[in-house]
Amino acid sequence: MSQYLFFTLSILTIISALYVVFSRNPMHSVLSLIFCFFTIAGHYVLLNAQFLAIVHIIVYAGAIMVLFLFTVMLLNLNKETEPHKTNWIKIAAVIAAGMLFLVLIASLKSTELGPFHLPYRSTIGFVQNIGIKLFTDYLLPFEVSSILFMSAMIGAVMLAKKEK
Amino acid sequence: MKEVATNYVPQNWYLLLSTFLFCVGIMGVLFRRNAIIIMMCIELMLNSVNLLLVAFSAYSGNSDGQVFVFFIMVVAAAEVAVGLALLVSIYRNVASTDINVLNKLKW
Repeated sequence: MSQYLFFTLSILTIISALYVVFSRNPMHSVLSLIFCFFTIAGHYVLLNAQFLAIVHIIVYAGAIMVLFLFTVMLLNLNKETEPHKTNWIKIAAVIAAGMLFLVLIASLKSTELGPFHLPYRSTIGFVQNIGIKLFTDYLLPFEVSSILFMSAMIGAVMLAKKEK
Repeated sequence: MKEVATNYVPQNWYLLLSTFLFCVGIMGVLFRRNAIIIMMCIELMLNSVNLLLVAFSAYSGNSDGQVFVFFIMVVAAAEVAVGLALLVSIYRNVASTDINVLNKLKW
């Protein structure tokens, strides 16, 4: 059962990720990236990481992709204004990425994976356990990340403001 | 017990999937000229790494990896906010998000 779910989700993820790259309309790219993020959230649920699945949907689909979507709409990007590289560069890009994939797969073939626990039996991804970890061991990074967010927000507003 | 043991998803499959997603992201960065799409492909690469971290964390029974994924999401959100603000202000000056137009630091 979980294998079929994994296959279905993986195929959807791969197709939507490829569509992000190959789509000619930037709007379609954004929408298929949103779909890709939803399928990745499905993978998190499959791995029993409920907290991260929800955070992933809220942060990525709810905040980041809405930001992308509004920027694409604001700049009025569409099929006609979309710049394209020459065919040679496109072929070179595909070949380069394929070679990187081959190299990584070749190096992964010699890896030895350690003993594992079945992920759908564990409760480590639940909100309670992640929350305990976040507010005891990782309290300082958690607070520092709030400062990072604050400065990013102020910086974004300052950058996007019209100059006088 | 045997039924469960034959039905789990092997760890290798997650390695393969996230390697493939990472390579798709790299291909997108090399393939496109629109700066917004390039940022989206960077998000895709970050997500493939996140997926791998969650997979390893779930399979090793240690929740540290999932906390790291949480922080990666925080940094990605901050990066996107600043990057898109930069792109909007660049678009106001040169009326384009084509990276071939943005090859000057000063003019």
